[in-house]
Amino acid sequence: MEMQTVKFYQTGTFTVGNRLLAEDERSVQANMHRTNSLNSGHRACQGCGEALGARYAIDAAMRSTSGELIAVNATGCLEVFSTPYPETSWKIPWIHSLFGNAAAVASGVAAAMRVRGRSAVRVVAQGGDGGTTDIGFGCLSGMFERNDDVLYICYDNEAYMNTGVQRSSATPPAARTATTPALGREPGNVFGTGKNVPLIAMAHSIPYVATASVANLRDLERKVAKAMTISGARYVHIHVPCPLGWGSLPADTIKVARLAVESGLFPLFEAEHGEITGRTPIRRKVPVTDYLRLQKRFAHLFNVADEPRIARIQAIADRNIAKFGLLETPAHG
Amino acid sequence: MLKQIEGSRAVAEAIARCRPEVICAYPITPQTHIVEGLGEMVKSGELANCEFINVESEFAALSVAIGASAAGARAYTATASQGLLFMAEAVYNAAGLGLPIVMTIGNRAIGAPINIWNDHSDSMSMRDAGWIQLYAATNQEALDLHIQAFRLAEELSCPVMVCMDGFILTHAYERVDVPAQDDVDAFLPSFEPRQVLDPAEPVSMGAMVGPEAFTEVRYLAHHKQLRALELIPKLSAAFQARFGRSSGSLVKPYRTEDAETIVVALGSVNGTIQEVVDEMRDAGVKIGSLAICSFRPFPLEQVRDALRHAKRVVVIEKCLAVGLGGIVSDGVRNALSGIVLRGYTVIAGLGGRAITRAALRQLFRDAGNDVLEQLTFLDLDEGLIQYELEREAQARRSGPTAEAILRRVGTVASQVA
Repeated sequence: MEMQTVKFYQTGTFTVGNRLLAEDERSVQANMHRTNSLNSGHRACQGCGEALGARYAIDAAMRSTSGELIAVNATGCLEVFSTPYPETSWKIPWIHSLFGNAAAVASGVAAAMRVRGRSAVRVVAQGGDGGTTDIGFGCLSGMFERNDDVLYICYDNEAYMNTGVQRSSATPPAARTATTPALGREPGNVFGTGKNVPLIAMAHSIPYVATASVANLRDLERKVAKAMTISGARYVHIHVPCPLGWGSLPADTIKVARLAVESGLFPLFEAEHGEITGRTPIRRKVPVTDYLRLQKRFAHLFNVADEPRIARIQAIADRNIAKFGLLETPAHG
Repeated sequence: MLKQIEGSRAVAEAIARCRPEVICAYPITPQTHIVEGLGEMVKSGELANCEFINVESEFAALSVAIGASAAGARAYTATASQGLLFMAEAVYNAAGLGLPIVMTIGNRAIGAPINIWNDHSDSMSMRDAGWIQLYAATNQEALDLHIQAFRLAEELSCPVMVCMDGFILTHAYERVDVPAQDDVDAFLPSFEPRQVLDPAEPVSMGAMVGPEAFTEVRYLAHHKQLRALELIPKLSAAFQARFGRSSGSLVKPYRTEDAETIVVALGSVNGTIQEVVDEMRDAGVKIGSLAICSFRPFPLEQVRDALRHAKRVVVIEKCLAVGLGGIVSDGVRNALSGIVLRGYTVIAGLGGRAITRAALRQLFRDAGNDVLEQLTFLDLDEGLIQYELEREAQARRSGPTAEAILRRVGTVASQVA
């Protein structure tokens, strides 16, 4: 569907009112007939970005496939909080096997559907950043290079939250985790480490890669919906704040996610077959300190006014903005 | 149909006749020829309606099979040695989820030191993972066991490993009877999963279970194996009725009636053992042997019945429980609880060392005279051990053991018996 420019009613937060849209243009979540794939009653923390992201992503995928969807889940918060025995929050067929094999299990499900003549049934694999960028990375890369018909969604909260906030390869520099404590001369996670899995996914030349944020749920739904129109390996990487691990207020989850995007630390873009095809411009650039100050994991930067390291984080954001052209006015705007 | 083919090819043809729907392939010696054969059959169209997936690791191979099986497809893979260890987490997971995957193990040693030849260290390391483990004595039995394995797995909703000795079976060209497709179809009904991922009937599989029910879940896994103890002989009998030959079952006693000495072993070495038993019987020695085909479930009752009247039992093991001795012996002792007889554990054939008739003859003679150590290492080069221990005692930085031993042994070809 071609994106059209609509003048939305806007609050100071850039959120838009569904009620100003025609019924068929409203979000999946606004629809009374949404599937509630991840239903209420689960055990996620207050303000959990992952629960929010998963709910929007899977309901959007369900709408796109008319309910013909199977989900595979890596071990992690999402798995644990959604399926405490003998209960489940999932209203869709769902399987959890191991921490590091969600992509491969999903490949198996997709193969079974193909061979059994049920290709209309689509497969989503999902995991946190640890299950995706670290322990599940081999299986993920294998699924990508075989171009298996799987949408893999990574809910990135930038550390191993389920085990008590340990560093992952998605943990940003300076962030305090249980294994990168705020101690010593350079407190928190070291600079110059980590990997960018969306870019690595693009290097596999798979049909579709996108980043998304729970701060922009319409965009998230659109990207998942678009991914479901495409066959082959697809990857959506969603930035999901974790109040527990980040030391942010549960009520600030959306705000924190938005500041990550608006500062340039988490660029929103899309790519097809290895080429960037779309980017979400920053509407009002904010300094990284606006983002960092809301999170206790970065408190050590401000306790001693660590200007050099704050400047290094600002430089990362500025580099992202330049690299992805996040301050450029889009052609159709 | 009689064919003179390699063991791996025989297994590939048996698997193809079982109509697998998803095959995951990752190469590792000595299993590779099996998946190569299957890949050929899928690519040529000879094996239709089958997805052949080249994966990036053994961990992925079994994980893809887990997904396929959970989604209702008949799934197969094969591995060996390091590959089985690399997929260990998924091995336990497949059993815990109750997915009827069939996997061939081309039995091979585990490194270090790296070694591609046969012993049972790999499959023995997974003996408690919840899979049924069947050990083939011949290529014909390996072929036949795979056909039985799918039916067994699917009736119980439990994964099955068919273990065949690497090289000794996988690479040996022998005459085998490859059954007709119609016969296999009649023996093996299409897969009706007990649980399946289906949007029409959503279920959650792999939920977290805490202390409140974990013991019960584990007990049910054990209960499944107890049911397998009943089912395995029935399937073996049904197989014989249709295909006209005996393959599989729990144990195979050989000339054990009135035997004072009974030799217990798993896998292909049973052929050599039986030949030596025949020789010694001809010489008037009261000796017999017992092949254990089903190691998991372990047939306690059948082993007990077969051994209870013997004076001594010699267990030949192709795996060393380092720091203890034998693994099969443990099961045998358990089976003989309360029965007093002499028991010997013999570690033999590690890393592909040939188990010769001459060595077995001497071994059984020593056992008959009760002059064996309770734990014996067949054909152990005592001189070499002594040399290396002394060498290590001389210097703190004595260097890697394996390399030092190889230097001492010299050219390998001259050492092979």
